[in-house]
Amino acid sequence: MRLLILLVAILLAVPAVAVQPDEILKDPMLESRARALSAELRCLVCQNQSIDDSDAPLARDLRIMIREHLVAKETDQQIMDFVVSRYGEYVLLKPRLTGSTLLLWGSPFAILLIAGFALWWRRAPNAATEKPLTEAERAELRRAMTPEA
Amino acid sequence: MIAELGHFALVLALAMAIVQFALPLYGAHRNDRVLMNVAAPAAMVQFTLVALAFAALMHAYVVSDFSVQNVYENSHSAKPLLYKISGVWGNHEGSMVLWVLILSLFGAAVALFGNNLPLELKSRVLAVQGSIGLAFLLFVVLTSNPFIRLDPPPIEGNGLNPILQDPALAFHPPFLYTGYVGLSVAFSFSVAALIEGKVDAAWARWVRPWTLLAWMFLTVGIAMGSWWAYYELGWGGWWFWDPVENASFMPWLVATALIHTAIVVEKRNALKLWTILLSILAFSLSLVGTFLVRSGVLTSVHAFAVDPERGVFILGILCIFIGGALTLFAIRAPVLRAGGLFAPISREGALVVNNLLLCAACAAVFIGTLYPLGLESLTGDKISVGPPFFNLTFGPIILPLLMLVPVGPFLTWKRADLSSALQRLWAAAALALLGGIAVLAVHQRGPWLAPVGIALGLWLLLGSLAEFAQKLQLSRTSWSSSWSRLTGLPGSSIGMTLAHAGLGIAVMGIVAITAWKEEHIVVLKPGENISVAGYEVTFTGETPLTGANYTGSTGAFQVTRNGAQVTKLVSEKRIFQPGGMNTTEVGLHQTIMGDLYVVMGDRMNDGGRAMRMYFNPLVSLIWLGAVIMFAGGILSLSDRRYRIGAPKPSLRRTIAPAE
Repeated sequence: MRLLILLVAILLAVPAVAVQPDEILKDPMLESRARALSAELRCLVCQNQSIDDSDAPLARDLRIMIREHLVAKETDQQIMDFVVSRYGEYVLLKPRLTGSTLLLWGSPFAILLIAGFALWWRRAPNAATEKPLTEAERAELRRAMTPEA
Repeated sequence: MIAELGHFALVLALAMAIVQFALPLYGAHRNDRVLMNVAAPAAMVQFTLVALAFAALMHAYVVSDFSVQNVYENSHSAKPLLYKISGVWGNHEGSMVLWVLILSLFGAAVALFGNNLPLELKSRVLAVQGSIGLAFLLFVVLTSNPFIRLDPPPIEGNGLNPILQDPALAFHPPFLYTGYVGLSVAFSFSVAALIEGKVDAAWARWVRPWTLLAWMFLTVGIAMGSWWAYYELGWGGWWFWDPVENASFMPWLVATALIHTAIVVEKRNALKLWTILLSILAFSLSLVGTFLVRSGVLTSVHAFAVDPERGVFILGILCIFIGGALTLFAIRAPVLRAGGLFAPISREGALVVNNLLLCAACAAVFIGTLYPLGLESLTGDKISVGPPFFNLTFGPIILPLLMLVPVGPFLTWKRADLSSALQRLWAAAALALLGGIAVLAVHQRGPWLAPVGIALGLWLLLGSLAEFAQKLQLSRTSWSSSWSRLTGLPGSSIGMTLAHAGLGIAVMGIVAITAWKEEHIVVLKPGENISVAGYEVTFTGETPLTGANYTGSTGAFQVTRNGAQVTKLVSEKRIFQPGGMNTTEVGLHQTIMGDLYVVMGDRMNDGGRAMRMYFNPLVSLIWLGAVIMFAGGILSLSDRRYRIGAPKPSLRRTIAPAE
């Protein structure tokens, strides 16, 4: 819990409005793209917070920068590339699929598929070993099930 | 003096843990009843001693004894009593004492209520429980001692972080820890069963209520943390996929799988090995969570490397218990024979799929949480894994599970007819689909998630109710006969219906706030207003604010709807002295349809105030759902078959005809 406490202390050590009114773009389409982009970028001076949620001055600078690039008609991809070239892969909350993150993206689904396949494969002997009752067993069952007089 | 008594009690508890661990284990091995009988009293004495130590620490906090370093660092004489008490576990050392207290409480509970357990099993369970206590008491005494004195004692303490002075957060750790540590009982039962080489239906009947109890407290603990984040952090988020949250979510996912699979062991004597493995995994994840939160490894890998004492100690405990239990599992697994057979489409099959998906979902959370740590310590590359990753991996895995939840209870054991199960669900499916279409009709331009998600939530809710109606035979027999069926239903059956329905309700809340959250970021001057989701919110002005240790301002808001007054809200900005920390207090108007959430921001150059206003539709359903799940757990625990205990293995039959 101490970490949570620390985290909260850091979060709240700064004024508490993330996106400021003066940052918002006039064009609602561009603004919603800006919000979507900033939700995927890490605030580098905060604990596990996106720049969209963060109140840190650095996050504000980044938000404004993204909006300037959007107004300059750049694509989302171009803007992300630019941000990464400046701040490194660490800034991306959704890590790109590369050699070192292949395991990260792949393993949850690999685990599901392999375990699912293993279960399916093992199911067969279960069903096969179940033999039908013999006639003697049936008679025994009938006797047991009949209420005694 | 009292602090020294506490310190002494803690060390005595450590000695008692050694007794509780060693003697019964050896006694069970030698079949020595005297030694085995040591287990129960030892567990109770250990609990009493830890409780004494905890009470001594609490006393130091309540009387503000700043000669105790821990109190000096984390408390203040001017704090309200509630936060003096919660300050005990608001820091590392105190929270570890709480951890051990709850652990020994569970040990004592098994000792007290376990009279229907075979003596051998009981003493082994308590011995394993004692060994966990031993490890963590050593950790507390050697690396995290809360009773260290200061000389000369300071006049005043440093105080507790003001934003933590909150009722929801005061009781969040005890609930969460009860959940975490409660899973130790299932772990101890599993290790004991592995040592004995015997798992049967009775075993499952003993394990399940403990796991259920832990699961209930985890559910509420997680919900409390999320509720606190929602109204205290000030931007209306309720779940952040933060590593600290994930640390509690992972044991919850596996415990959820465990309470389902234990049913299969109990009713059908199948999936025994898997259940054992799962209960080892569940507690292992609790330990991993404790490690993540307590070692400081999350803040930074480097900080961990600089001051590794505590982290390495917990890592050692982790390796011994997880490694030891898994090794034992590998050795003993072949001894435990697989039990009942079942066809793929059956109740058992459905529960296997439940487990598969829950575990894969947990794996996604686990990998996402630990991958950046691993990658950085191996290659030095720093990457971030944030909410988008979890939404893309956890989401697709958990979605099919949610869709299957209503189907499972309609399947019969051993071999089931899927089409007849689906036939009984057609009404629920049709209504859920209708709900989805209705959403689509109202919000045509919204995200695709909304209609699908709401339909899913309705499907969960209505599907559970359909199963309930079927059990009561509502449409087929008279009301009085349905009533007598209701009173005759076992608690666990109603509990399941409630838990599944609660899940559906929570899903609807999650979908609604994700898809339809309304946000306005504006500058308002006193007297100006803005319309938020049908409410007219007028900023009536601000007044200066002076608290005990903070200054700031209070913004007042008048909320009307169609001209009629609804409520008045205030949002505060506080600046704490010393340190100048800024916090906000959210103005919150809650209704079942949604929350109006008002946050006052900074003063702008033109004299206005930046404001953030949200309407969070149906958001309280998230926590309502969690509470309903908890209630389902209580009903399930009240089930008669847990009270009367498990049927004794029929030893008499083999012994009696010996003459």
